[in-house]
Amino acid sequence: MSSTLLRTAPVLRGALRASGVLKPAAMASMSFVRGKATLPDLPYDYGALEPHISGKIMELHHKKHHQTYVNGLNSALETIEEAKSKGDFTKAASIAPLLNFHGGGHINHSLFWENLAPASRDGGGEPDGALKKAIDSDFGSFDTFRKQMNTALAAIQGSGWAWLVKDKSAGTLGLVTRANQDPVAGPYVPLMGIDAWEHAYYLQYENRKAEYFDAIWNVINWKTVAARFEKS
Amino acid sequence: MVNISNLWQYLALQSPLHSTLSGDAFNLTKMGFTAHTLPALPYAYDALEPHISAQIMELHHSKHHQAYVTNLNAALESHVAAVAANDIASQIALQQAIKFNGGGHINHSLFWKNLAPTGSDETSPAAAKELVAAIEKTWGSLESFKKAFSATLLGIQGSGWGWLVKEAGDGAGLRIVTTKDQDPVVGGDVPIFGVDMWEHAYYLQYLNGKAAYVENIWNVINWKTAEARFSGKSGEKTEL
Repeated sequence: MSSTLLRTAPVLRGALRASGVLKPAAMASMSFVRGKATLPDLPYDYGALEPHISGKIMELHHKKHHQTYVNGLNSALETIEEAKSKGDFTKAASIAPLLNFHGGGHINHSLFWENLAPASRDGGGEPDGALKKAIDSDFGSFDTFRKQMNTALAAIQGSGWAWLVKDKSAGTLGLVTRANQDPVAGPYVPLMGIDAWEHAYYLQYENRKAEYFDAIWNVINWKTVAARFEKS
Repeated sequence: MVNISNLWQYLALQSPLHSTLSGDAFNLTKMGFTAHTLPALPYAYDALEPHISAQIMELHHSKHHQAYVTNLNAALESHVAAVAANDIASQIALQQAIKFNGGGHINHSLFWKNLAPTGSDETSPAAAKELVAAIEKTWGSLESFKKAFSATLLGIQGSGWGWLVKEAGDGAGLRIVTTKDQDPVVGGDVPIFGVDMWEHAYYLQYLNGKAAYVENIWNVINWKTAEARFSGKSGEKTEL
């Protein structure tokens, strides 16, 4: 699951310890080098999700937006580490919003890239096997789930995400939305996320976000979602 | 007392903007509902170029702002019905939609007016003598105020707005505040001017380079409007 993580584990010290606040499930898909978060490679080309998500959107989204979250996360972790070494816990605590925002941004986008795939490869269609069964049992049908997810996405007021999650305490699947870059945490394991920030669609869909929410189902990678479900 | 089941039927059949125009069945205006309408922009869509593109302005005004107006009217209509039905749970359920869409309508209405065509006299701080004096008193100089305001805008996480407000009360000091999503400035503080930091306000032109948008917006701030709001002579409260 986390070869990147294991490879760099021996050199993780200092700053990375502070990143223990990040949930293990999310860390699995994030890359670290020497205790620093790094931008993961996209598992496909920028143009690979066209015509559903344009190459220009994917390039900016990955290379600029995600990179900014990575930089912000590293800078927040450094500030916290420095404050910690000086015993300045007030300063460390003041960084919490930045850690949440940039750490969440890094986690969310890392999960997002992997739960998408070109329509010509693993993208689109419907889940099968145990995941399909769970969706049918918890939502009634795949179609109902899809409609509920789109309703949740459309109802986000401002920037945020919608997620298919597994509730570890109840053992059921559910839908949650998160504001801005708040990561999914607590009893929830994120299985599949859709980015509802305007930067995720605006260059192609402008204000017609419902069209983006319809199109993205053509590039959902159910293999990844099923793998996350099995691990959860 | 109105016939509730008829009212629900009536509301379900009406599009938000038509209901007050129709005199049949129920008079929603009498019940406290006045449909809001999209205000005309006080300048052409391309008037703010090159700082804000005509494409952005057109979408922002004719699509985004219109959607807030449409959804606000729908929420208010439902709210009137819920009040008539003495249905508190439904009234509470509508509060978030009223806040979001009502805020979106208020914020954008203020925003259009606190912007002015590139190169016009209104874009010069000289058009706001009293306000600039108060700004200098608070921040030391107009430049350090602009710096502080810009930094605040760039610190917004997610969608939201940055505002210069005159605080409620006797002191009436100036303050920089942010509001998230479409939360409006309320509680007696007077918004002097606002800057929209939603991505739809700049993305088609500036992409992820929001610092450049923030830098350029200063070229189209309407200082005349700002002065009028500061001195309490804008008359906007009654318009909204």
